[in-house]
Amino acid sequence: MDALLSVAGLRKSFGSVEVLKGIDFSVKAGEKIALIGPSGSGKSTCLRCMNFLETPTAGEILLDGERIGMRNGRMMSDRQLAPQRAEMGMVFQLFNLWPHLTVTENVAIAARKVRGLAYKEARELALDMLAKVHMTHRADASPLELSGGQQQRVAIARALAQKPKLMLFDEPTSALDPELVCEVLNVIEELAGEGRTMLLVTHEIAFARDVADRVMFLDGGVIVEEGPASAVINTPREERTRSFLKQIRH
Amino acid sequence: MPDFETFRLVLEGLVAGLGVTVLVALSSLAIGLALGFALSLVREFTRTRAAHFAIDAYVELLRNIPALTHLFILYFGLASLGLRLSSIAAAILGLGLIGAAVTCDIFRAGFRSLPKGQVEAGLAVGLTPRQTIISILAPQAMRIALPGLGNYAVQLVKDTSVVSAIAAPEIMFFARSMVTSSFQTTLIYATAAGLYLLLSLPLMQCVRVLEAHYGKLKG
Amino acid sequence: MTGFLQPYFEYGGEWWPLLAEAMLNTALLSVAGFFLSVVLGLALLLCQMSGSAVLRGFAALYVTTVRGVPLLAILFLLYFGLPGVGITFNAFTAAVLGLSLCFAAQVSELFRAGLKAIPKGQREAALAAGFTPAQCFTFVILPQVVRVILSPMIVTFVSLLKDSSLASLITVNELVLTGRAMATEYFLPLQIYIAVGLCYFMIGWPFSVLSRRLAAPAAR
Ligand SMILES: Nc1ncnc2c1ncn2[C@@H]1O[C@H](COP(=O)(O)OP(=O)(O)OP(=O)(O)O)[C@@H](O)[C@H]1O
Ligand SMILES: [Mg+2]
Repeated sequence: MDALLSVAGLRKSFGSVEVLKGIDFSVKAGEKIALIGPSGSGKSTCLRCMNFLETPTAGEILLDGERIGMRNGRMMSDRQLAPQRAEMGMVFQLFNLWPHLTVTENVAIAARKVRGLAYKEARELALDMLAKVHMTHRADASPLELSGGQQQRVAIARALAQKPKLMLFDEPTSALDPELVCEVLNVIEELAGEGRTMLLVTHEIAFARDVADRVMFLDGGVIVEEGPASAVINTPREERTRSFLKQIRH
Repeated sequence: MPDFETFRLVLEGLVAGLGVTVLVALSSLAIGLALGFALSLVREFTRTRAAHFAIDAYVELLRNIPALTHLFILYFGLASLGLRLSSIAAAILGLGLIGAAVTCDIFRAGFRSLPKGQVEAGLAVGLTPRQTIISILAPQAMRIALPGLGNYAVQLVKDTSVVSAIAAPEIMFFARSMVTSSFQTTLIYATAAGLYLLLSLPLMQCVRVLEAHYGKLKG
Repeated sequence: MTGFLQPYFEYGGEWWPLLAEAMLNTALLSVAGFFLSVVLGLALLLCQMSGSAVLRGFAALYVTTVRGVPLLAILFLLYFGLPGVGITFNAFTAAVLGLSLCFAAQVSELFRAGLKAIPKGQREAALAAGFTPAQCFTFVILPQVVRVILSPMIVTFVSLLKDSSLASLITVNELVLTGRAMATEYFLPLQIYIAVGLCYFMIGWPFSVLSRRLAAPAAR
């Protein structure tokens, strides 16, 4: 079977600094891939290039065979990108919930505005998604009243409500207090069990090993090592991977 | 000491201008808010250099020159070109255009205070830029702008007194014309001051509530 | 367009000295008003921070009143009203007084916000380092407060500069009144009032730019 997502020759520079120096990988439908690497190695940048929140300097990204961000050799505008972005759900490190909307509205708004669902249908969809992340009991709360872990679960529900082909997670637990990490990881693990396709940036090495099918280790703007999760994490081939893993386990 | 009857007469005379004061304040408030918001959108969300320059110039010119001067230009100046505005129209237009420059800055500060993640989350779920502005950014920016807009409204009520200088028949205009035909100068101006205070107090209370509420949201 | 600009070429030589003198008066009025505003504002601040409930009540009442009453009403009261009870000022003094009575409230609020913006730890750290309270205020608190309020103070000055135009209505011979006299003499109100506006702009705009410059690092 063909890849759901395939990335080829992805490069990104900020000014004169090249952060991504040619990244190639592909993700099959249903596959879960963890992207790990030291701080500043370009993990977030790489993930944000998938839905063009960051515009790549070069390279090609295909989702389900469709070229992302480029049409007829021309860069697409944010407006043109909207339907493509709707195919990918993104979960941010800092949640980025919209504080002027209730929890349910946060989850329902894209269904209404992007897919044109009626108010009632969108609300029902939102409640279903909130049930998946165990947040139904705070459906009418304001995001400002929630703990970090709860906010992140709502943000996951918001992404799920897009019915995305691919889920993108950018360190979803690294802004959380230690005791709240678990509830979010559990939710992500449940989603993984549903056969969703995921690309996950994380510092939770044990979680990556248990949940991901494959792990990619990014350093200095290139993928240094890639392979089955347990292999890369338990028996890394590359010296750089080894020292990174050693450091992170202190 | 002025007796109660004199006071009643003075008050009656001044209240005759209350309607025009309120009319000028509300109309120019509406112009100021609508135009200022539109300008802030263009300034923040389009990339046309010329439009940016024009808006910046507009804001600077209106914010660094006194209302009185703008009113004279509109009322006496334009009349010399044959474009004769009524004093009330000139007052509303003048205060409205100045207000737009003020509120443009207030709205822009609101938009700028929003974290970048708010736009990104909007785009990421597939909203178009326009939908993101309408559903995500504008409601938040407006909320943040509320205390500033409240202060602007308080100032505006007071600024309506300036339009008496182009003979718009509002409270201060009646005060000035009554003074010429009576000796109760102190009483008349003090009563006028009290009337303005009565108009401003509820607004000031609103601002206080908004500020407290906004402080709570932030903290 | 040339028709519109024509008078500037024709009368510019006559207008400029008149406007320059008026600009000087406006500047003098504004600077004097601002200076007195700061003095009164600090006095008001002391009232607000004092232990006496009476003084604090007075300060609160004062700030509320002045925020709700137009400057014009205050100017008319001072210049036209007070002579009725036997107190007489010349126009310039009345204008300076009126402006500073109004803006003192703003100044004190600015100082108050500035003091509030300094974290409590600053004072504690200074006292812990062995500063006396007076030294702590002079060397630790005050410099920080000044940095915080410098930009809004300049904005306040520009507001005061603009409001000084109202002094024309109590016969102070500043820019607007000079403009009015010129307008009746030359019958060119549009060109003259625009020139008056630009005179204000020449004084005020540099300060506006400066205040933004000063505010920028804090905002980022
Ligand atoms: N908008 C930007 N402008 C300039 N440089 C940027 C920008 N965004 C990221 N960078 C730089 O690109 C590099 C990679 O950043 P990125 O956020 O992708 O790293 P990361 O691997 O996600 O790190 P972390 O684990 O700390 O999140 C860093 O050196 C960062 O300073
Ligand atoms: Mg990152």
